[in-house]
Amino acid sequence: MFSDYSMSELTAIFAMQGFAGLILFSVFVLMALGLAIIFGQMGVINMAHGEFMILGAYVTYLMSNLFADYMPALFGMYFFVAMIFAFFASGALGMLVEWSLIRHLYKRPLDTLLATWGLSLILQQVYRSVFGAREVGVSIPNWMMGSYPITDLIEIPINGMFVMTLAISISLAVYIMMYRSGWGKQVRAINNNRQMADAVGINTAWTDRMTFGIGCGVAGVAGSAFTMIGSTGPTAGQLYIVDTFLVVVFGGAGSLLGTIASAFSISQAQSIMEFFLSGSMAKVLTLLVVVGILMVRPQGLFTLKLRK
Amino acid sequence: MSDTKKPNGINNLSRRAVLAGGAALSASLFTPKMLRASDFPTDVVNTTGLAVTDTTVTCGILHSVTGTMAISETGSVQAEKLAIEQINAQGGILGRKVEYIQEDGASDWPTFAEKARKLLVNDKVASVMGCWTSASRKAVLPVFEQHNGFLYYPTFYEGLEESPNVIYTGQEATQQIIAGLDWVNQTKGAKSFYLLGSDYIWPRTSNKIARKHIENFMDGCKVVGEEYYPLGHTQFNSVINKIRLRKPDVIYAIVVGGSNVAFYKQLKAAGIDPSEESPIVLTISVTEDEIRGIGGENVDGAYACMKYFQSLENENNQEFVKAFKEMWGEDMVIGDVTQAAYLGPWLWKAAVEKAGSFDVDKVREASPGIEFTGAPEGYVRIHENHHLWSKTRVGRAKADGQYEVVYETADLVEPDPFPEGYQ
Repeated sequence: MFSDYSMSELTAIFAMQGFAGLILFSVFVLMALGLAIIFGQMGVINMAHGEFMILGAYVTYLMSNLFADYMPALFGMYFFVAMIFAFFASGALGMLVEWSLIRHLYKRPLDTLLATWGLSLILQQVYRSVFGAREVGVSIPNWMMGSYPITDLIEIPINGMFVMTLAISISLAVYIMMYRSGWGKQVRAINNNRQMADAVGINTAWTDRMTFGIGCGVAGVAGSAFTMIGSTGPTAGQLYIVDTFLVVVFGGAGSLLGTIASAFSISQAQSIMEFFLSGSMAKVLTLLVVVGILMVRPQGLFTLKLRK
Repeated sequence: MSDTKKPNGINNLSRRAVLAGGAALSASLFTPKMLRASDFPTDVVNTTGLAVTDTTVTCGILHSVTGTMAISETGSVQAEKLAIEQINAQGGILGRKVEYIQEDGASDWPTFAEKARKLLVNDKVASVMGCWTSASRKAVLPVFEQHNGFLYYPTFYEGLEESPNVIYTGQEATQQIIAGLDWVNQTKGAKSFYLLGSDYIWPRTSNKIARKHIENFMDGCKVVGEEYYPLGHTQFNSVINKIRLRKPDVIYAIVVGGSNVAFYKQLKAAGIDPSEESPIVLTISVTEDEIRGIGGENVDGAYACMKYFQSLENENNQEFVKAFKEMWGEDMVIGDVTQAAYLGPWLWKAAVEKAGSFDVDKVREASPGIEFTGAPEGYVRIHENHHLWSKTRVGRAKADGQYEVVYETADLVEPDPFPEGYQ
């Protein structure tokens, strides 16, 4: 298939394709981080993860309208404000949900699956009633659109670079919170042994609520960023949920490094196969490989060593 | 401010008066006289026990207003209600006021079948305006054939179907595809095509027809790639790189739903701007409705092949757009399918009045040859095969989310649901 092309053309295409893989990797990391915190640290299967992302997307939509109407001069910057608001909106909703629903189910982890699935249906219908059934168009500041030419042939999408930067920053922030802060220690202690953590005076109820809130908040930021590359509609969250679970489960629940490694391997495999095969076939093969590996290694790529 | 102090009734009244006025104007083109119910006794016009009384007739509206498909089907429901209101404003059908029972298919195909059965068996509706996806139509088809119901189906679709119990008011695949490909070849000199689609029956069948046409009927033209992505796929960077490598003259895109938004945003971000026309982006899956979600600036310059655009400049359409916005709000946009849905009640009215009866068998017999001169898309006629003769048009998307019509076929295009040489 490559005989008709010059060497420089091929180099350019492979460079761009490599970059496409990295963008896909960043997207996967952003999607999965929030879920990895909640599923990995709390054992809660949050089926409404996609809807928390879409809440962030809708907050971005509202912000873009607000800035366009009242502060057109600052429109170029609105996206950063929107991401902060998205974090707090999704986080606050997450804490409310934890308080009203999840905390009653900690002893029945499988029931959280059903409860959060119901929650996702409710949220979808709420979005539909509030924002309408149609997708909304989020205007993106001009500087974030288009591509940046590195050479004559190689062009890199600016929003891709933005998503990459965001994925790296949020991963770092989560790493510091989980592994370099007192709060992170408490979360991990609860994860290891809830009763013992309680006994040594850790406020487990509050820590749980914060963890769930932060996980949902990170989902909100991801949703906000995805308005640049995807759609914003009541059911758009469903588009992400399968890939998200795939990444988290494949990486090994509870391991941040595992999530990132799994996002990297799945995204590279998929993007390379998409280039040489057709889109649907690439997806099928990716899923087959993941299922195959999980059959041999059900705990995922990386696991925490726990004393049980 | 004074407007808000008015009692609601007055607002309603004036809105209705305007609607009726608009309808009467367009109606004068094709129904010269008002029919009176007393001239058509109920036991004569309804011999099969349908929901027809001396003063009313009931039809069904069956679309998804919840679930994934609500995004697409809402416009159809709105158009059908508008048509029914306008028909009533000019005296109804055979002097009877049209009432409707609306059911929600909830984006779930078995639910569609169940609700269709309810409408036909319990409510005895005289006809049904409804369905959107081919999957929902296939689900209700046996119900309609078993209980002899009559369905007006609005969506452009893949063809390969011809039921005695369905009138297809949208285009079948050849009507939507062939004229557009010929146009892009003749006026833009396009020779090579990259076919892209979401992975289900409509894009696959449509691309199959497109490929046959390009390879067998267009001189010197070739397909340089054909590819499908799962429904809901949101990452298109790889395929965009492949397109760059193959350098087609035209990207022929039949991507739908949330994928649509992702595809156009990423295409633009990758530096392939449709308005530069290298390559040309030609689609049959982006109507004005979809552009709202994609963002006008992302599809600016792409071409769509449809039979209707909101920007069509004819009297019927101007009145239709005005009435639609009066009823549903100024910020509404109207896509191809919405217009096709609007035709349903009018075609039914014309067929019933030609037959002088609501009986499904008689309406079916009367349907072929029914003309509708008041259609927003312009004159349409029902073919023997239950599809519509209609024109095919190509529009160029503008940043404001509307299309500028750049081409329309000189004559009506014959519907051909089982195209020979394209299978």
